[in-house]
Amino acid sequence: MTAMVQIDGVEKTYKGGFQALKGVSLDIREGEILALLGPNGAGKTTLISAICGITMPTGGSIHVGGHDVVRAFRKARAMIGLVPQELTLEPFETVWNAARFSRGLFGAAPDDAYLEDLLKRLSLFDKKDNQIQELSGGMKRRVLIAKALSHDPKVLFLDEPTAGVDVELRRDMWEIVAALKETGVTIILTTHYIEEAEAMADRIGVISKGELLLVEETDALMARLGRKEMRISLNEPLGAIPADLSDYDLRLEDEGQALIYSYDTRAERTGIARMIAALTEAGVTIADVETSQSSLEDIFVGLVHQRDNAEGDAA
Amino acid sequence: MNWLAVKAIYRAEMARFVRTFLQSIISPVISTSLYFVVFGAAIGSRIDEVEGVSYGAFIVPGLIMLTVMTQALSNASFGIYFPKFIGTIYELLSAPVSFLEVILGYVGAAATKALFIGLMILITASFFVELQIQNWPAMIAFLLLTCISFALFGFIIGIWAGNFEQLQLVPLLVVTPLVFLGGSFYSINMLPEAWQTVALFNPVVYLVSGFRWAFFGMADVPVGVSLLAIGGFTLACVSAVWWIFKTGWKIRS
Ligand SMILES: Nc1ncnc2c1ncn2[C@@H]1O[C@H](COP(=O)(O)OP(=O)(O)OP(=O)(O)O)[C@@H](O)[C@H]1O
Ligand SMILES: [Mg+2]
Repeated sequence: MTAMVQIDGVEKTYKGGFQALKGVSLDIREGEILALLGPNGAGKTTLISAICGITMPTGGSIHVGGHDVVRAFRKARAMIGLVPQELTLEPFETVWNAARFSRGLFGAAPDDAYLEDLLKRLSLFDKKDNQIQELSGGMKRRVLIAKALSHDPKVLFLDEPTAGVDVELRRDMWEIVAALKETGVTIILTTHYIEEAEAMADRIGVISKGELLLVEETDALMARLGRKEMRISLNEPLGAIPADLSDYDLRLEDEGQALIYSYDTRAERTGIARMIAALTEAGVTIADVETSQSSLEDIFVGLVHQRDNAEGDAA
Repeated sequence: MNWLAVKAIYRAEMARFVRTFLQSIISPVISTSLYFVVFGAAIGSRIDEVEGVSYGAFIVPGLIMLTVMTQALSNASFGIYFPKFIGTIYELLSAPVSFLEVILGYVGAAATKALFIGLMILITASFFVELQIQNWPAMIAFLLLTCISFALFGFIIGIWAGNFEQLQLVPLLVVTPLVFLGGSFYSINMLPEAWQTVALFNPVVYLVSGFRWAFFGMADVPVGVSLLAIGGFTLACVSAVWWIFKTGWKIRS
């Protein structure tokens, strides 16, 4: 199957000389949801901007639906919908007019029935005659989505769709994205949160400092990253791990004051309950328990390390 | 050519005009009426006639020009500056449109608004003075060209401006003085000779003079020269816009 979005060695150096993208290559398949995961300043928005025509790449090429985004920009852009990171909307416009404007701007003939259905799907229809300034932040983000979908695009970019959105709305957003996927739209979203990428995406691309570190199926990546550690502080220091507990992935730290248990969050059973029971059985008393997951930063550092090592091996 | 996009931009801009219709109309109409009271009645009672035309009527073409120029300029510059300011420009940049569609939409709407307000002033004026228009086609042509060229000029300013101060700078520092010194309220023949020569360097003089000729058949400069001047100005604006388009100046990062 050919790629819906084909990114080849895209570079972007901003006017001041800062290189925000250092040769990114990526194929996005038709109908998939791809999450671009990366910390602040990684280049996520820059990459999306280069695809959508908001910024001019300084190197490489991009095709959407087979059309070069620079040379055949009309055909390429007509296929794209973009929900920007910031809530940028004309405050005095009504929801309905905003959606109709976007549809026209993207060269689609008026179709009130389509817009009506779209607004209903986004639970915006009863607000259609309200001015945008009267809406809450979450609704404004839906208006942005409605605008982006107003011309029935084949590819949708969502730049941090859940930034500044409460838990409930976040779930909502996940559902909206899932429903969109059902209609066959290819979706690219960016996020800072690995859980979010996991919940929504078929594949995850990790981007840092203008480089795409890896792109992997969500399940495969999560299996690699889904390990969590539990730190068990003990009342009495242990000299060694009790023999009964040798089956568990345990190690001692702080001169025997703490036991570290690592487990797979995605495994059918984490073994925590049985391990604690075994500890009690062995007469170990527990002072405190705390769990931690490697932060996104750790993951990035780990990934960069892995890659550097791989390069070192190859050399 | 994406005509649906042109239509969408034009409609959205006109919707803004309609939303603020009263403000948009009332302030030019009131200020015109004030001009009539101050210039027409107070000063006019002493000047009486300029080359056979009552002073009240004489200032009408200049007043219309004054308003049309400032309206076209400010509407177009604000129209394109506003999306830059609030960030909605992203949508224009990501849409399947070239600069041409964007210009047609914004400049077309700004010119329409200015034209409409110009006609409102003409109607207001007709309540104060008796007006005759000798050459309707010339009157319309001058009015249209002025609307379009100043809207283009405003569009360029709006693209160029990085903040609200810059947006106000050119209208305040360049356009308003030129317009006031452009013979709206007097015939440049009434000026001392040396100043008449200086006045000929003011492009607005040619516009007002040509426009006045369409009304009364009398002009400070030959009407052909006026037409050439406004044509030249329009052309200059079109070239500037074309250059901006070619270089992507200040629009895409
Ligand atoms: N117009 C610009 N001019 C110069 N540098 C820019 C410009 N836009 C972005 N940058 C820089 O490029 C880098 C990447 O920015 P970008 O907005 O793409 O990051 P991001 O991954 O979207 O970050 P965030 O998660 O914070 O949104 C940053 O270092 C940023 O400062
Ligand atoms: Mg961003």
